[in-house]
Amino acid sequence: MKRVALLGMPNTGKSTFFNRLTGASAKVGNWPGITVDLLSARILLGTEMVEVVDLPGIYNLHGFAEDERVARTFLEEQPVDLLVVITNATQLDRQLALALQLQALGQPMVLLLNMIDEARTLGIHIDQQRLAQELGMPVVAISAKHGMGMEQARQAITQALHEAHPPRAADIERTFAEDSALQTRLDAIFSATVDVPVSATDRLTDRLDRLLLHPWLGLPLFFVAMLGMFEAVYTLGAPLQDGVAWMLERVKTGAVSPAVTAWPPLVQSFVLDGLFDGIGTILSFLPIIVLFFLFMAIIEDSGYMSRAAFLMDAFMSRLGLDGRAFVMQLMGFGCNVPALMGTRVMRSRGLRLLTMLIIPFSLCSARLQVFVFFTTAIFEPWAAPLVLFSLYLFSFGAAFLTAVLYRRRLAHAEPLLLELPPYRFPTLRQMWLRGWREVTHFLREASGFILFGVVLVWILTHFPKDVPVASPETLAGQLAALFEPLMQPLGIDHLMTIALLFGFVAKEVVLGALAVIYGVGESELAGIVSSRIDWVQAYSFMLFVLIYTPCLSTVAVLKQESKSWRFTALAIGWPLLLAWVVSFVFYQGARWLGL
Amino acid sequence: MDMRAHDTPVATLADLLPGQHATITGLSGESELRTRLQSLGLRPGRRVTVVRRSRFGGPIQIRLGTSDLLIRPQQARTIFIK
Repeated sequence: MKRVALLGMPNTGKSTFFNRLTGASAKVGNWPGITVDLLSARILLGTEMVEVVDLPGIYNLHGFAEDERVARTFLEEQPVDLLVVITNATQLDRQLALALQLQALGQPMVLLLNMIDEARTLGIHIDQQRLAQELGMPVVAISAKHGMGMEQARQAITQALHEAHPPRAADIERTFAEDSALQTRLDAIFSATVDVPVSATDRLTDRLDRLLLHPWLGLPLFFVAMLGMFEAVYTLGAPLQDGVAWMLERVKTGAVSPAVTAWPPLVQSFVLDGLFDGIGTILSFLPIIVLFFLFMAIIEDSGYMSRAAFLMDAFMSRLGLDGRAFVMQLMGFGCNVPALMGTRVMRSRGLRLLTMLIIPFSLCSARLQVFVFFTTAIFEPWAAPLVLFSLYLFSFGAAFLTAVLYRRRLAHAEPLLLELPPYRFPTLRQMWLRGWREVTHFLREASGFILFGVVLVWILTHFPKDVPVASPETLAGQLAALFEPLMQPLGIDHLMTIALLFGFVAKEVVLGALAVIYGVGESELAGIVSSRIDWVQAYSFMLFVLIYTPCLSTVAVLKQESKSWRFTALAIGWPLLLAWVVSFVFYQGARWLGL
Repeated sequence: MDMRAHDTPVATLADLLPGQHATITGLSGESELRTRLQSLGLRPGRRVTVVRRSRFGGPIQIRLGTSDLLIRPQQARTIFIK
């Protein structure tokens, strides 16, 4: 099968074009020596099936950024029949450089001038024929977003493939030396073919930026925008999640339960409380992931993400992070899972890993349930909100402390050099495609791991089979007993440690688990808890719940996104250690003060 | 023209105020940074305008032809201008 590689600088609409060309058929593929996800799709061009691979956006074929290495490795290792190079037609003065570098490889090429509609609006005129002549390759003007010129692009690619020689891998080394001569050629071609008016900037963008990046109003507006997005995702998401939970419950009691009544009780429990609940855990994330990425598509594709970096960078750069990391951290307060997936906008691996390390400290809505329960059960009404607020402070504190401690270890050389594109609104199609793709990705990569974890906890709490579920005699109870010497100095007793083991799966189940462990209904739980532990113990327990591993799904996504077990181990181990130290210092300190 | 003769330090992109423009004369960073800056269009001979600077020593928004870029002051100091 013939292979086409799609290349271009970041912010050229390369993915939009890829989506247009291939529809929703694209899949994440594995390539030897490549560590990042590359989308590829098989499509029918003319009379033959062709594989199209979307390479990461690069500024320079000879550059040092991770994405640039990936693209280089791919071209050197994989035989390619045709390079399709996509450019932003409004920025040909620098974008042609990449096209010229790629042309030096000697492989057949097609050049696409994307966002031709924007270029025309700005009054930029491009002599397409002359450009094709000068470069010696087909040049097609398109607007991938609006679908303009797609048919011509398709034809040009088919035609070029038809004429292509046998595919070969590129010899990039050889072309390094030619870069300086290339610049002169670029300037000559550019001035001969492109006519840019004196002031070619988007007026609306300038006006919006004067407001949104205003020295005093910029930050408050940013927080309002974040709050708006947060509210939208999670207020729309909560009923959807409830709906999914309701439907699952119906299926469970209506269909699955009756179907398994003939089976032995242990098998029944395994199917209902192990397998089915595991699948339920996975499904409950889907509405949030879709919604999150619908809104992320707006924030990202509109260009506001770079503006957030502008506004927050002065502070975040001191932590070794940038403004985009802050956006993801904030979104983590709803749910850590999509926020971790959203870090993919950061192309530098070190920066991304550091951000992924701090997101799990964001006090997500599942943990909030636990805290609301404990604060109302244990604390006076006047103190409860303050207690809750203090937990939010700890959440930020733990994240910033972690960033400061690990910024050297996960050092990234990449300086913040972001483009500030004009404001654009993504099409609904782009938004849906994004949400859909993220959901399928999550299902494929993370669901097996989540199911495995839920089943494992079921085994721990149901064996040996003659003792009450989740009691101290079960495997979980024995495991908790093992940890007792470690947990006692934190004021966390044996039974609560079992609940923490449950909490490893999902924080939503901590309360239910406590009810099972104490052998009471959830309505009586508050009374039992307040009679058995005092406020110092409760607060220590909450600190531990806040800081240690948020949930199995988070762990699964940490692995899915980092592709590294070592990093995943760090992202589990470090918060556990920190949780222990913080709870220890708090509990022992409070006792020492006589509280 | 020797700038040191007047005892004035060489001006860099970080010295420009919003609204001011200048021509890039050279890049002094290490080679990785220089490569990246050049592929973004920041190379000698290009005219560059500072659009705005963020508060508390944050990034600088610059305009090069039809593109706007964010750059931190630390990197802007490696770009010589006149």
